[in-house]
Amino acid sequence: MITHWDAWITIILLGLGSFCLRFIFLGAVGGRELPEWVLRHLRYTPVAILPAMVAPLVVWPQATGGETDPLRLVVALATLAIGYLTKNSILAMIGGGLIIVGGLQIFG
Amino acid sequence: MGFTAHFWRGIRTGIPFFLLVAPFGMLFGVVATEAGLNLVEAMGFSVVVVAGAAQFTAIQLLSDQAPVWVAVISGLAINLRMVMYSASITPHLGGLSLGRRILAAYFLVDQTYACSLLDCEEKPHLTLDEKWGFFLGITTFLIPIWYGSTFAGAWVGNAVPIGIGLDFVVPIAFLSMVAPGLRTGAHRAAATVSVILALCLVWMPFNLGLLVAGLGGMMAGAEVERRSLS
Repeated sequence: MITHWDAWITIILLGLGSFCLRFIFLGAVGGRELPEWVLRHLRYTPVAILPAMVAPLVVWPQATGGETDPLRLVVALATLAIGYLTKNSILAMIGGGLIIVGGLQIFG
Repeated sequence: MGFTAHFWRGIRTGIPFFLLVAPFGMLFGVVATEAGLNLVEAMGFSVVVVAGAAQFTAIQLLSDQAPVWVAVISGLAINLRMVMYSASITPHLGGLSLGRRILAAYFLVDQTYACSLLDCEEKPHLTLDEKWGFFLGITTFLIPIWYGSTFAGAWVGNAVPIGIGLDFVVPIAFLSMVAPGLRTGAHRAAATVSVILALCLVWMPFNLGLLVAGLGGMMAGAEVERRSLS
């Protein structure tokens, strides 16, 4: 069991720390112009970070205890393909969701 | 088109992410309750920390009897990516007043960030006010859902039927956010390099593999862009 003290200390420290991580550039740089080479790198932050977060979860899913699952690989590739081809993230999300739910019904 | 029009556009963009945020928040509420937190403490996490993955990690460590500092440091390690979010949103929202920048920092989570940045990228002509409207629109829709679903999960506790394939909600949502953004060769290079690095670097402690992979991907994207211009 987690004590109330431990819970609240964690909430406050983790909350403050996370806020500082989010505020660091917004606060310190603000409206000042950044050099072009920095901007050029920052443009690629979402397309670099989000796939990197997801890749290990796709290849070694938690639900299978880390064992590679063909269904989840197919779902991930299909979601990516639908989103890329249609330029529509809603369709991609619905498509991926239907395939995993359907696939688990059939093969799970 | 001014602030209001883009605010509504932000709300519309945020709507499908209900499917990601609501189950994730509910799951957190349930897990927190099962770990022995009361309703106020579960809400404290979602309102003060506002970062699902870090919250799950902290709760899990605390219930495994880890010391508080380990839970805090591990949660912060998972949130280190937000430094990069902050850096890359700053060219777009950095011109706001201090109060609004504080608000933007508090609301800078995966979904609000990714949708806003990709939108700013796609529509470079938007004014500061319009970009702020869009960001605030997504936020106004999604953040109350995060709070509300945590509340609902903690309220009903373990009576929630945890659906099949729920572990894959996050990968599907993130992939569908990113896929339309892979517009140019530079974007595709950034994503490919970061995925390869992330898979090779999972052994690194404190989630550092993600940061190295992200930086590697950003360098790849920037380099491809530089070469295509010259």
